[in-house]
Order: sequence, then C-alpha cells, then structure tokens
Amino acid sequence: MNAPTTFRGIVRGGDTLKQHRDGIMEATKRTGHYAGLKKMELRDSDPIMYNKLFSRLRAGVVDARETAKKIAASPIVEQEGELCFTLYNAAGDSILTSTGIIIHVGTMGAAIKYMIENDWESNPGVKDRDIFCNNDSLIGNVHPCDIHTIVPIFHEGELIGWVGGVTHVIDTGAVGPGSMTTGQVQRFGDGYSVTCRKVGENDTLFRDWLHESQRSVRTTRYWMLDERTRIAGCHMIRKLVTEVIAEEGIEAYWKFAYEAVEHGRLGLQNRIRAMTIPGKYRQVGFVDVPYAHEDVRVPSDFAKVDTIMHTPSEMTIRPDGTWRLDFEGSSRWGWHTYNAHSVSFTSGIWVMMTQTLIPTEMINDGAAYGTEFRLPKGTWMNPDDRRVAFAYSWHFLVSSWTALWRGLSRSYFGRGYLEEVNAGNANTSNWLQGGGFNQYDEIHAVNSFECAANGVGASAIGDGLSHAAAIWNPEGDMGDMEIWELAEPLVYLGRQIKASSGGAGKYRGGCGFESLRMVWNAKDWTMFFMGNGHISSDWGLMGGYPAASGYRFEAHETGLKEIIAKGGDIPHGGDTDPGNPVWDSLLKGARIKRDKQAITTEAMFKDYDLYLNYMRGGPGFGDPLDRDPEAVAADVNGGYLVERFAASVYGVVLTRGADGLLAADAAGTEAHRAAIRKDRLAKAVPTAEWMKGERDRILKKDAGVHVQQMFAASFKLGPKWEEGFRKFWNLPIDWKLMEADLPIPSYGRDYSMDLSELPDVKTVQFVEE
Amino acid sequence: MAYTKAKIKDLVDGKIDRDTLHTMLATPKDAERFVMYLEVLQDQVPWEDRIILPLGPKLYIVQRKSDNKWVVKSHAGHEFCDWRENWKLHAVMRVRETPEEMEEIYPRLMAPTTGWQVIREYYCPLSGDLLDVEAPTPWYPVIHDFEPDIDAFYSEWLGLKIPDRAA
Repeated sequence: MNAPTTFRGIVRGGDTLKQHRDGIMEATKRTGHYAGLKKMELRDSDPIMYNKLFSRLRAGVVDARETAKKIAASPIVEQEGELCFTLYNAAGDSILTSTGIIIHVGTMGAAIKYMIENDWESNPGVKDRDIFCNNDSLIGNVHPCDIHTIVPIFHEGELIGWVGGVTHVIDTGAVGPGSMTTGQVQRFGDGYSVTCRKVGENDTLFRDWLHESQRSVRTTRYWMLDERTRIAGCHMIRKLVTEVIAEEGIEAYWKFAYEAVEHGRLGLQNRIRAMTIPGKYRQVGFVDVPYAHEDVRVPSDFAKVDTIMHTPSEMTIRPDGTWRLDFEGSSRWGWHTYNAHSVSFTSGIWVMMTQTLIPTEMINDGAAYGTEFRLPKGTWMNPDDRRVAFAYSWHFLVSSWTALWRGLSRSYFGRGYLEEVNAGNANTSNWLQGGGFNQYDEIHAVNSFECAANGVGASAIGDGLSHAAAIWNPEGDMGDMEIWELAEPLVYLGRQIKASSGGAGKYRGGCGFESLRMVWNAKDWTMFFMGNGHISSDWGLMGGYPAASGYRFEAHETGLKEIIAKGGDIPHGGDTDPGNPVWDSLLKGARIKRDKQAITTEAMFKDYDLYLNYMRGGPGFGDPLDRDPEAVAADVNGGYLVERFAASVYGVVLTRGADGLLAADAAGTEAHRAAIRKDRLAKAVPTAEWMKGERDRILKKDAGVHVQQMFAASFKLGPKWEEGFRKFWNLPIDWKLMEADLPIPSYGRDYSMDLSELPDVKTVQFVEE
Repeated sequence: MAYTKAKIKDLVDGKIDRDTLHTMLATPKDAERFVMYLEVLQDQVPWEDRIILPLGPKLYIVQRKSDNKWVVKSHAGHEFCDWRENWKLHAVMRVRETPEEMEEIYPRLMAPTTGWQVIREYYCPLSGDLLDVEAPTPWYPVIHDFEPDIDAFYSEWLGLKIPDRAA
C-alpha cells in the first residue's frame, strides 16, 4: 500500500500559490470584504503598529524609487521619473506603491496572478532570489516598453509576497524606433515581448537572457542599465521587508499585507461618500486614427483606413458608496497600436483618482476591489484577439479617461468642493520619436518625454496649470533641454508656451508648449509624429471649450546650413500663430509639411531639417465671457493667447499702453460682450429644431465613412448603446448601419481568437465583460 | 476642517487664498460645506426659488417658489424643464461645423477637423450665457450627463431634510 503523499506549496502556511489565491478570492466574493476581512485585527487592536508598518514600508518603496532612479541612464527614467515600485502580498494584490507611474499598481499584479494561475510554481518554479521579467500586454501590461522586474519575497523558506519594479524603456525593438511606435498594426511588430520569464536566480541574471535581450532592442545600454535600476529597487524593498519582519514579527507583517488591501477598499468607499453625489453620470471620449494618409505607412492594406475610437461611459454612484463604471458602446480593438488590456485601462484610472478622489498614500488593489468595471469583451480596452498591438495604448487611454473627470467634477461642483473640479486632462502628445545613428555614432532610438508636461484642465476656481503635468505621471516635467540634446541629435531652436492651446473658459485650460528641433549630427535618421490631430479629445466643462487639437510641422531641404553660414535669419522660438506662419518664408525652397496629420510613420530626416514638437493644452471651465478681462490681457501679454481671440472668444477689447503691454478696456469689453451674447442667440436654434435636421442627416447616412464606421462598430459590440442611439433619434426599424456595408475593410469584425484559446493558457478575468 | 461662509464665498468667486486652498485640498472634506455653499449661491442669484443642487456656474436645480416643483433653471431665470430631464434638449444651441466657425475659437490647424468632430454650444435663451459645450462626432446624441440621486444625497449622505417636491 502506498503511503499518502502531501504536496506542500510554497506560500506561508503550506498552500500552493493557486490554493492561496483561490482562498482569498473565494472569501472576498463570499463576504464582500477583501480576503473575508470583516474585521481588521491588527489595525483595530494595534493601530500604532499598523501605521508604523504602513509608514515604514511606504517610505521604503518611495526611497527605493528615488535611489533606483539615479542608477538609470535613460533620461526617460532619470529625468522624468518613469518608474515605479510596488509591494504585493502572496496573492499578487498590491499592498502599497511608490510614487511615479502608478498605473503599474495593477499591471505587475496581473503578471503575478498570471504566474499563479498558470502554475509557475511547478514550472519554471518560484524560489527565493529568483528574478522574473514581464512586458506582455496581453496579460495586463500597458505597452511593451514598460518592462517589469518581479522578485518573490520569502521568509524562512516560505513565500510571503512579491515586489515589482517597472521602467519605461526607450526602445523595445519594434518595427520602428522609439518606445511607442505607430508603423506596426499587430503585436508581432510591437517588439520584444516577454511573458513572466524567469531571467535570473540567486539574484543573478542568466547570461542567455542578457545576450538575447540586449540584441532584441536598439538602445542596449539604456536597456541594461534600466534593468539594473529595477533590480536594485526590488532588492532594496525585499531587504526592507526582511528587516521589518525581523523587528515586528511575521504575524504582524502577514496581517498587514491583507488588511491594507481591505483598508484601501473601504477608504475608496468612504471617499466616494465624502466627496461625490449619488446618481448617474454619462460622458464620452474620442480620438482620431487617421491612417488613410500617405504619410502613414503600414504593412497591411486592411489597416490603412481612417477610424475614430469611441468610449462612452456611465458611472453609477450608489447610496452605499459603491460604484460601477460601464463602458458599453466602446469601439472594437483595431489594426493600430492604440489597444489596451483591461488591467491597464482600469489600473490607470487609479492614477487619476490619486489626483482627486483618493489623494492618499494608501494606493493599492483595494480600490480595484471596491469598483465594478464593465468593459465589454472585444472592445479596444478588452480585446478578444491575440494579434492586437499595444505600443501606444496611451493614445486613447488618456482621451477616454479625460471624460471621467467631467463626471466626477459634476459631483464635486454640486457639493461645493470646487477646489477638486478639473475639466479634464490633456491628450498627452506629441511624442517625438525616431532613430538611426546618433551623435555618438551608435544605433539609437528616441522618444522625447517632453510631453510629461502638458497643460492641465481648468478647475472651478482658477486656470489649469500650463506645461505642467501628464495624467500618467503626475510628477513628470518637460526635462532639461541640455539633457535632451545629450540624448538626441536634435538641437533646440526654440521652446515656448503654445499660445491658445488651452481650452477657453471663465478659467482657461493650461497651455502646452512647443519645441523647435533641428536635426544635427545624425546619420540615417528618421522621425515621426504621434498625437491627436483631427479630434480634440478633451472637452471643456460647464461652458468651457475643448483644448486645441494637434497638427504637425516638419521641414526638409531647409537651406539652413547656408543661411547660418551667411548669418541670416533662421526660424526660432515657437510657431506662435500657425494660421499666419512666419518660419515658412525664411525657408525658401524647403519642403514643408504643415497640416492636421498628427500621426505619421518613420520619415527620413537629415541634418538641418526641422521638427516641431507641440505639447497639447488642457480644457477650459465656464463661459469665456465670464473671464476676468485683465486675465485675458495678461494671457496675451504672457504668450498664452493669440491676440485676436481676446475679442472673438472672450469679448475683451484690448488697448496697448505706453509700456507696450495690453490692458482691457472695461467699457469696450462690456459692450462687446453684450454684442456677442446677442449674436449667440441670433445664431442659435432650439435644440429640438436642430435635432430634426441632424436626424435627417442620419437617415440619409450623411457623414464621413470614418464616423459611420465608429457608430457601426459600437452598435455591434454595444447593443444597449445602439438601443439608446436609436431611441434618441427615433430611428425607423429599417434604418441599419453595418460595417459590412461601408466601403472600407473591417478585418477583425467577425473573426477573432483570444489568448485564452491557446493551449495550456489560463487568462485571468479582472472585469465584467 | 470647517470654513467660514466668507471663505466659501471667496472660493465661489475664484478668490480663495492659497493657504486655505491648500488646506481644502490636503485635509478631509467638510461635510457642512454644502449648506454653506448653497447659502452663498442663493445670495448671488436674482430670483427667490430655493437652490437644490448647482449644476454649473449659471445653472441649478431649484424648487420653484410658486408650486414647489423642481426644475432646472439658469442664473438669468430661464426655466428649462423638470429636474429629471436633460436640460440641453430645452436650450438653444449652435453647432460649429465649418472651418470658419472653428477658427473663431482656435488658430488654424489647432481646431478640430469638422468632418471628424463638431462643437455644440448650449445657451441660456434669455441671456446668451454659454452653459455647456459638447464636442462629439456628427450624429452624436445629446448627452444626458447627470442624473443625481438627490433624495439619497440629502437624507442618507448629509442628513438633511429633502425639500418639498411637487409631482
């Protein structure tokens, strides 16, 4: 007779990783409290110990980030702080996180959960001092250039948690150079993709990994130093946890690792009750995908179409302080690099919430457990096809989230918490990307992170900050020109505020800025543009206007070499009023591209060519006619507003003083504003009347194919949304809009294959689908 | 942290001092703000209907003095509709859908392309105040952006008596 054998798992207490996570999930589902924690034993019995643990660990992860940042060579990490460290419990739920790109509070946890669900424990094994690497967007990462290093934490031979570190690397070996490229239309062109791979043990990286990974990307030195950055931070945090346990005991740490998540869940619920108003909020976001243009070169004809990405959302806040976010009606994933995994979509929302609803240090998976998300399967942020590309998921993440600001801000406004109101965030672009041989004669790729400093949306009490922040990294800034010039073979000919880029309003959106770069000392060089152009993603709020949208300016065969040699005038500063350009006349005979095509693929550039990097502004708040006239004068004097809009948008009559500065003429302004109000009413019609005309257009299918495609795709994936559309417009039953009937290809419309259909793959479902 | 009515008025007027603003942002919210806020707003409107909930700088849900009916009303005094309806459907509006109309607001090249996105402006029919701006694609339904659960808000969250409401 064989003796019964028992398998002892690696988690503290003897469970396997899978058994442990299953237990946590079951208890959470059964009780409604994370891990079944109806009471928080440690926090309630020894609150000082609880807070001491929190403070030490939180300070430790922040310290690890700040220290590790200095190890990096990449200016993206070193200048912009594009890194983050997070501590997880054994089930892969985050306990707390550092500052930085905290969207990854969920993405690295998703990777840990993937390892748990797919039995990494037995193969390849999870041991003390192992090192894992992941950047797989199909299991939760934002995009391939965010590289995760994940290290398990053991105590006395048993796993008690994990630590993850992430940096945004400068290149991942995609079809084109740069970290967020546009030329590929499928994952297979997105670059090096690593799925939770064990890349080291005994705290040492494997040699085969080092050799393979460095030759899989263009910017080898940055790649390797970034990895050391991540490992150093993870090991600092692992050491800290060991020290904390030695001093406070494993029991206290273990309890803290689960109670902190429940604490985070309850914290969100309390904040919702303290700051919002129960009810339903509806909003929508759009962004353009203008791929039919000749300067977007893609490998597949079926991808060469103009489309619009669409995300309507309904936010329901219930009387008990719970909430639900439903994204019914969102667009299907597409043949571009702007798709996102459900985890990056939802986890990124916490980055927003830390700036308003939960501005605490207790950012962890508790907020995710406290939120019901519904992202229909097949949408761009929950794709059902394993071919999708993710390299620039931010293109629409930022533009769909900005709508949520409006919903939340309606509740803040209603309660009188005006200091929290934010009209929205900018579409964080342009991304100056490209590569070739740089000034050091090395293969190089660039992704200028200047757009970590876009304009911020206006609030209900003042203007948005100008050239200040990006939604995905609240601590980022534009970086020093001198550092960018060291990192890129591009000389600055100008850097100034982008006038009129912030949305108009009683309080205007913060303006972005613009940099004029001249290619210098580059060889075989390319660059491209990546941002919104035909669409402004960021509506204003309560009478404020949207932020301005994007455009591109590039100039080739400029003759600048000769002009400089002769000491002639060259373009410098900013493209202050693109409707009345001044640079173009200085560049006689140059080939200039100045248009709305704000997305392109690699174009060839050589020395003395020019590239304008225009960072977007934020949206405005309130009626511009209610803006303080002197503030409008100050905007023009300060370069925030092109002068003619003082009168046409703000109704402000300006006069120039003896000091050369403009001032508002009070009487003239009052009269002009009265005239504008009168003119508004003269040009307006009752909404019901307008609706009749618009309905006729719909019946006649009078709209661009890209607009029709957007609606048709949303109808297919969102039947309830279609029902609402039909009801609103009172459409006859025989009115139908099908993608199949449109004169453009719609590959992916009917056929898809999800990652979960691969053999031996268990995907983790994080949202209602 | 509680604030004086004068401070809340400063906030509403966009004149709050930076120290108080910092405190407001950095400390737990003051639940009593709502009542004080309504008092400040009530002092600023030119009519006597009771404000139930502000929807924008010049837009409110009010209890109509004459019959206690709750309606959406502008600062200038226009009554749009029942509080549960979408007030924008009862406004007057203008759609910017040509480049020329867009370039009244934005420099050329910095405006949305009208075949992709239009701008819809909703005005108060009495004053011409701009109350809301939508920027969707053509064909997009008018968004009913907010349906507050005022009963739960007043009674369950703030412990306030729900003002009388005629059917």
